[in-house]
Amino acid sequence: MYAFEYHRPTSLSEVTGLVSGKEDAKIIAGGQTLIPTLKQRLAQPSDVIDLGAVAELHGIREEGGGLVIGATTKHAEVAGSDIVRRLIPELAELANGIGDAQVRNRGTLGGSICNNDPSADYPAALVGLNATVHTNKRTIPAEEFFTGMFETALELDEIVTAVAFPKPGRVGYAKFPNPASRYATVGVLVAEVDGAVRVAVTGAGPVVFRWPEAEQALSSNFSAAALNGLTVDADGLNADIHASAEYRANLVAVMAKRAVVRAAG
Amino acid sequence: MTSVSLKVNGKSVTREVEGRTLLVQLLRDHLGLTGTHVGCDTSQCGACVVHVDGESIKSCTMLAVQANGLEVTTIEGLAAADGTLHPMQAAFREHHGLQCGYCTPGMVMSAVDLAKSHEHLDEKTVREGLEGNICRCTGYHNIVKAVLAGAEAMRSQPAQAAAE
Repeated sequence: MYAFEYHRPTSLSEVTGLVSGKEDAKIIAGGQTLIPTLKQRLAQPSDVIDLGAVAELHGIREEGGGLVIGATTKHAEVAGSDIVRRLIPELAELANGIGDAQVRNRGTLGGSICNNDPSADYPAALVGLNATVHTNKRTIPAEEFFTGMFETALELDEIVTAVAFPKPGRVGYAKFPNPASRYATVGVLVAEVDGAVRVAVTGAGPVVFRWPEAEQALSSNFSAAALNGLTVDADGLNADIHASAEYRANLVAVMAKRAVVRAAG
Repeated sequence: MTSVSLKVNGKSVTREVEGRTLLVQLLRDHLGLTGTHVGCDTSQCGACVVHVDGESIKSCTMLAVQANGLEVTTIEGLAAADGTLHPMQAAFREHHGLQCGYCTPGMVMSAVDLAKSHEHLDEKTVREGLEGNICRCTGYHNIVKAVLAGAEAMRSQPAQAAAE
């Protein structure tokens, strides 16, 4: 790991002050991606700004009937939260399937979505549940937040503060985990939000995407059978040593059906 | 250099470290607590698991400065002062939950957290709970047996389990 200057601010205004003056600064929350990246010398930040002591970025609350989760809230906290279990229990299940127990004790919601790994679970949750990302400057609809592989709509000095989820109807999430990393080879979240069905797919493409044909089919018949015969084009999907694009395309349909079964169950 | 003050196995310590110093380096290289192992150094194997404020974490994936003001428990902090093994350690010995022993400190630390955070443990919960700990010798069979027995023993010896 290259040397860097470490900062531990205690307020959001202190964070923004530190970030704006430093072009090569990196923000650390749980560090479950950043620290391995630094160890491999894939990044060389001049400064590392730790959000761990900024209380206003942390916590889970009910607001306007929906759920607001602070950026530095850990996966284990989402998984174990009574509020999440009551309002969106499938979101707690999703969080409980990220990485392993030790990663869930450190990794955060904000860190995961800002990194925007194409195989991460949370992007499917945010897009599928029509969430809104709150930053220190504005609010961004989830679909506009995730712009490309490891790319987001965030500006250089912009910081995610929280994510707001409206209360959904039925929700189901199913993923085919990579057996070593538990990242989603393909993960599909199916949800009823404001009377419409949304189907969000992670792991399959360079960035999370919706599957409109499946949404249409499920709108008239919310059952796994409604997806029979629907296929996803493998063109442009991810291919690596774990799964070809064609295999991922097939997994999208399989995981979508399993997600519907979970949602309906 | 940054000053970091924390409690390790009940004792207050203060050290000067670089920002990039990992918690596991602080424990092993600065404090001489070499019971915590480094296996993969890529956050996958779990040999470096310790407790920070009671929760199991991978100490190769946390900066030492991030532990400032917190309480860390390592494998050296589990046994009683007179050398009596923690119930989970005793269960690993009794059920032969190890072969080469390299992964064992992390396995035991994860298992203690798992036992504390679940009222009831079954085999499935234990196997899922140990997903972050890799053993390349045993096939996990005896480890799972040891964790189930250790958790049971922790429930029947609450005084000792609370002491660590």
